[in-house]
Amino acid sequence: MLKHTPTEIAERTALRINPAKTCQPIGAMYASLGIHNCLPYSHGSQGCCSYHRSHLTRHFKEPVMAATSSFTEGASVFGGQPNLLQGLNTVFTTYNPDVVAVHTTCLSETIGDDIPQIVGEANRQGLIPEGKVVIHANTPSYVGSHVVGFSNMCVAMAKYFATEIETKPKSGDKIQVNIAPGFVDPSDMREIRRLAEGSGLKVTMFPDTAGVMDAPQTGEHVFYPDGGVTVEELRNLGRGVATLGLGRYASREAAIEVEKRARVPREILDLPIGIAATDRFMKVLQFRGGQITKDVERERGQLVDLMVDTQQHFQGKKVAIFGDPDHVVAMSEFARDLGMIPIHLLTGTPGKAFGRRMAEIHGAKAEQLNIKHDSDLFLLHQMIKQEPVDLLIGNTYGKYIARAEDIPFVRVGWPILDRVGHHLMPTLGYQGAIRLLTKMLDVLLDRRDRDAPDHLFELVL
Amino acid sequence: MTEVLAARARQITRSGEGKAKIDCEKQSVAGSVSQRACTFCGSRVVLYPIADALHLVHGPIGCAVYTWDIRGALSSGPELHRLSFSTDLRERHVVFGGEHQLEESLDELIERHHPKAAFVYATCIVGVIGDDVSAICRTVSAKHGIPVIPVQSEGFQGSKKQGYDAACEALMALIGTGDASEVGKHTVNLLGDFNLAGEIWIIAEYLKKMGVEVVANLTGDGRVEDIRKAHGAALNLVQCSGSTTKLAMQMQAKYGIPFKKISYFGIDDMAAALYAVAEHFKDPEMLDRTRELIATEIAEVLPVVNECRKDLEGKRAAIYVGGAFKAISLVKALRLLGMTTVLAGSQTGTSEDYDYLVDLCDPGTVIVDDSNPAELSSFLSEGRADLFIGGVKERPLAYKLGVAFCDHNHERKLPLEGFIGMANFAREVHASVCSPVWQFAPRHQPKAPTQED
Repeated sequence: MLKHTPTEIAERTALRINPAKTCQPIGAMYASLGIHNCLPYSHGSQGCCSYHRSHLTRHFKEPVMAATSSFTEGASVFGGQPNLLQGLNTVFTTYNPDVVAVHTTCLSETIGDDIPQIVGEANRQGLIPEGKVVIHANTPSYVGSHVVGFSNMCVAMAKYFATEIETKPKSGDKIQVNIAPGFVDPSDMREIRRLAEGSGLKVTMFPDTAGVMDAPQTGEHVFYPDGGVTVEELRNLGRGVATLGLGRYASREAAIEVEKRARVPREILDLPIGIAATDRFMKVLQFRGGQITKDVERERGQLVDLMVDTQQHFQGKKVAIFGDPDHVVAMSEFARDLGMIPIHLLTGTPGKAFGRRMAEIHGAKAEQLNIKHDSDLFLLHQMIKQEPVDLLIGNTYGKYIARAEDIPFVRVGWPILDRVGHHLMPTLGYQGAIRLLTKMLDVLLDRRDRDAPDHLFELVL
Repeated sequence: MTEVLAARARQITRSGEGKAKIDCEKQSVAGSVSQRACTFCGSRVVLYPIADALHLVHGPIGCAVYTWDIRGALSSGPELHRLSFSTDLRERHVVFGGEHQLEESLDELIERHHPKAAFVYATCIVGVIGDDVSAICRTVSAKHGIPVIPVQSEGFQGSKKQGYDAACEALMALIGTGDASEVGKHTVNLLGDFNLAGEIWIIAEYLKKMGVEVVANLTGDGRVEDIRKAHGAALNLVQCSGSTTKLAMQMQAKYGIPFKKISYFGIDDMAAALYAVAEHFKDPEMLDRTRELIATEIAEVLPVVNECRKDLEGKRAAIYVGGAFKAISLVKALRLLGMTTVLAGSQTGTSEDYDYLVDLCDPGTVIVDDSNPAELSSFLSEGRADLFIGGVKERPLAYKLGVAFCDHNHERKLPLEGFIGMANFAREVHASVCSPVWQFAPRHQPKAPTQED
């Protein structure tokens, strides 16, 4: 299928081939699912909503509930106000959510719908019942990527709810930290919470899709599953001693917004993928009053032990990593710490912070690495043809390159459309690092076994 | 009782409750959690399987991503259709227009891939920002000497149905541009089959055995050169009537080609389709060959069906699919497996389709147009369904309720068309319904005694 990819790289300005990103609204929809009793609402054509729900369902294997304004030709000319008014009425009378999180689309942005004005009109008309809230984020599909859309909806959560809270905590109250976990799986959010709460802190995580996008089988379809950050928690963001924004692209803006509105200082960290980034995360928890428990110490020790046990298999291996910028940054550091050379590092999301953070992490070596933002998988394929790798790490879309170039492949990030487990088992934290290491080693050793001639095919590796 | 959006009450009816006309072919209620997609989606699914054409999505990145290789429309040769090409419009294009972006993208792609034709899909904002897609297509077409066809598929125009129409228009621009002088007498075009899991190959093989030649596949495993001479065929066979009936009507009007609406799902409908072809050509020898073919195929398939039926007899099925014509075939196919249908619905059925369904189904069967998850899950529970047949968004609903599932949409991996397709369908339904996992699902657990007991 990729036989057309030429090895020679030519300048391209107009065209995107085999994208490594998608559009903002789907990120906003995923973030909204992490609010308790919230119905995500797509203000645009009904296809957007349908595509986003299907795509999220393929990754999480869960039903995804979201409503749409179902734009028509008329709306595209005269504006979408009537659709949103009718839509809000339908949503509250039929689905009874506590929160409706409206995000825009390329169409409603281009025709210039003013969401706060329309929501104000809905209020005047009495369409929003007492005690219910409508929040919104502008998510034009022609700016940034799905990660930016996710970030924008996280910012909206802070913007609509965070306020400064003067009351001092009573003695004996747990210290509260706020965590913006980034565009990660519910399993990862669960793991972050376990680490933070285990250290003795109270955690407000926003958004939190644990419980929503990893719901157990109950025999019923629950429209609003148990999980998600509550409005009450969001209103109390101001009680936090800090907001930890995990991942510069997905969480930085939200942490800044909380700081602005509630005067809670921000700490921007990498996603805690691998040992070093998780260490930094734990250190911040400690600094904010948490205690590192014996259990977590043991987990870390087990990870180090496993890294030592397996270092000979990783040393010097070349690896290409692509996907969302926060994931690629953190993964590249872990790959380096295992002894691998993360030679090609690529994200579809535009933004120079990607390269800057890579330079900080990889120091002088960064100059020898191919670091690309705002790019696509066609270019990644060309880079791999120019300089082959031993391992490819990224979302499901990497499978075409892995097959064309016969490279061992580990699925990390979003979306993963053809394997399971990611929404139930974390890739973040020490436990997640153990899982990642195991997955990488499995494919490397499977490859070694596959390619070994009979006389070199050994029982013990 | 199932709660229904007040505005949707007329989109639901039940068999045996008299002739309440179902209200369909209308826009979803704003604010509902609709299972429907948009115009762009409709155009994309119809044209996508043309494997040696270039498919360029003109718009922001999302529309290209969500339609990148999600449909297993197999090709026996080129696979250009499986790559994802987008003009990836940005803020500056929204302000200054994206025409230059479009032209440059087309130039580069045509020079690299030498496609036989190119389709340019207009997405929501393209019209709003004022890009003249048709003009760019004409320019590029003149420059490179291949057909470059605009597809007017702005999402806001409606549901998939409007997209089907836009795709048919695009196909009409291609049909009739080739030399059909060599096309023979006993020839057909296959319309509305997208070669999921290789299904069109099965149908073409049956036709070949009957002595019928296929001129063009529209569009499964489709080729531009075949489509250009499709006007030479003697008959159009229209499967998935929702998507390509309009094309058949246009071809009838313009080229005088008659068409037959058929379905390749289930033994009855498959046999009826082949007989319809044989009868059309009025060739007694062909009719004999057809009889023999059908008899042989059914003899091979029936044992499988009967074996599966032993375990499936009396089980209850729910259907919610894209087109109502498919729902009709499925009701019949399920009957063959001894199963009853408690729900039959579609995203885009016509009132004619729904009337037929009302007559076909057992009394009490829920017939629904443009449903949503809340409705569907209560229909499933209320109807005590053992099996749900639907697409990607329906699968997790069924599973959460502890109901078996069969994908009859993009994500089917086994061919379900043809006689062999009936055997595959029987096996797949059997495998899911009879999986040992259901015994652990709460729905199938004995109820824990409550305090009142």
